[in-house]
Amino acid sequence: MTKKVKDEILHDHNAGGIDRRGFLKCMAWAGTGALCVMQGGVLKSYSLSRLSDLGASAATAGELSFVQISDSHMGFNKPANPDVAGTLKAAVDKINALSNAPEFLLHTGDISHLSKPEEFENVDQILKGTSKEVFFVPGEHDVLNDDGAQFRERYGKGAKGAGWYSFEKKGVHFIGLVNVMNLKAGGLGTLGHEQLEWLEDDVKHLKHSTPIVVFAHIPLWAVYPEWGWGTEDSAQALAYLKKFGSVTVLNGHIHQTMQKVEGNVTFHTAASTAFPQPQPGKADSPGPMKVPAEQLRSVLGITDVNYVRGQHALAVVDSSLA
Amino acid sequence: MRRGVWILELAAPVVVAAALLVSGSRGFAASVEQAQTSSAEVKIDNFSFGPAALTVAAGTTVTWTNRDDIPHTVVSEDKVLKSKVLDTDEKFSFTFTKPGTYGYFCSIHPKMTGKVVVQ
Repeated sequence: MTKKVKDEILHDHNAGGIDRRGFLKCMAWAGTGALCVMQGGVLKSYSLSRLSDLGASAATAGELSFVQISDSHMGFNKPANPDVAGTLKAAVDKINALSNAPEFLLHTGDISHLSKPEEFENVDQILKGTSKEVFFVPGEHDVLNDDGAQFRERYGKGAKGAGWYSFEKKGVHFIGLVNVMNLKAGGLGTLGHEQLEWLEDDVKHLKHSTPIVVFAHIPLWAVYPEWGWGTEDSAQALAYLKKFGSVTVLNGHIHQTMQKVEGNVTFHTAASTAFPQPQPGKADSPGPMKVPAEQLRSVLGITDVNYVRGQHALAVVDSSLA
Repeated sequence: MRRGVWILELAAPVVVAAALLVSGSRGFAASVEQAQTSSAEVKIDNFSFGPAALTVAAGTTVTWTNRDDIPHTVVSEDKVLKSKVLDTDEKFSFTFTKPGTYGYFCSIHPKMTGKVVVQ
C-alpha cells in the first residue's frame, strides 16, 4: 500500500457496515475534519489534510452544495462552553469562507437550549450573517414546555404535523423529519404513525434515481440505544426509501461526527456548534464533555455536503471550527 | 451506565406533636397536634434519578433536584406528574396523597426512568 492511499478507507457496502478499524479511523478524525465520498457503493474517507490529493473531484466540484449545522444550544452557558453564541458565529465565518459557496443551510435541531424566544431569536440573528436560507427540524430542546408550538410558529410554516416537510433542490429531494415529540418512558426517538404515512406518500411518485437527503435531529440508526441515541421506528421510514439508489441521512443530537453505510443509505451525524459529547459508552452519561478551552473549537464543527449529478452519492465533508 | 449502587433514601417521617398549654385569665388549656409531615429527595445526576425507586408513606412530599448541566423533566405518562423543564439546580416537588406506584421519566431523555411507591 502506497503512502498516497494509506489513509483511505475502502469499504464494500455489501459486506455490511464499516469495519471497526475503519470506524475508529473515522472517529479519530472527528473534530479535525474528514471527507467521506460514497461512489458506486464504496465509501472512501480521507482526512481533510489530504484534500489536496483529491484535486477537482467530487469534493470540490458539484451542482448542489449545502451546509448542515446542528446543536447550537443557544442559552447554554456551562463550563463546557460559556460562549455558544461565539462558537456559532465562528461556524458562520467558516461557512462564509467555504470556497464552494453553499446554496442553503440545514439545521438539524437543538437550536435553543431551553426553548426560550430570545434563544431562537439570537440564533436567527447570527445565522443571518450567512445570507442563506435555513431549513430547520426541531431537537428535543426546541419543543420544551409547549409541545413545539413556538418552533412551528417560527420555523414550521407550511410544514405538516409536528413540523415535517419536503422540498426539491436541483433534482435532489430533501425530507425534514421530526423524531423528538411524544417520547415514551424508556424509549428512543419516535417518528410516529402519522409522519410515517406522510413519508410513504411523499416519496411514492419519485423516480428511483432521485437522490434523497433525509434530515432529522436524533440519529435514524441505532448509534447507542443505551443513551437514547436512536429512533424506535426508523426502520419503517428507511423501508420506504429502499427503492432509491442514493439516500443520505443527516442527523445531529450526539454532538460528534459519525458515519455508517448500510446498503443504499449513508448515515452521517454532524458536530455541534456548542459543546462536544462523549463517545458512546465512554462516560457515565452523555452529558457535555469538558475540554480545555484551547481545544474546544477543534471538537465543534460544520458539515459541507456536495452533490454531483450523475455520481452515485453525495460527498460529505466535516470541518472543525478550529 | 449507572454509577455504583443507589442506596434507598428514606426520609424518616417527622412527627411533630406539640402540646401547648395556654393559661390565661379564663384558665383554659388547649392541646394542638401538628399534622404528620414527611419529605423525601430524588437527585438527578448523570442522566439518572437517584434513587430510581423510592418508597414513601402517603402524604409525603418528594422533591427532585436537577444537578446535571443539562435540563431534565419529571413526567408520568398519565401526566399526574408533570414538572416544567428543570434547568441546573432547579427543583420540582409533588405531594403523594394516594397509595400506589407512580412510574415517571424525563420527557427529554426518555431513557431516564424512575418510580415512587406510595404506601
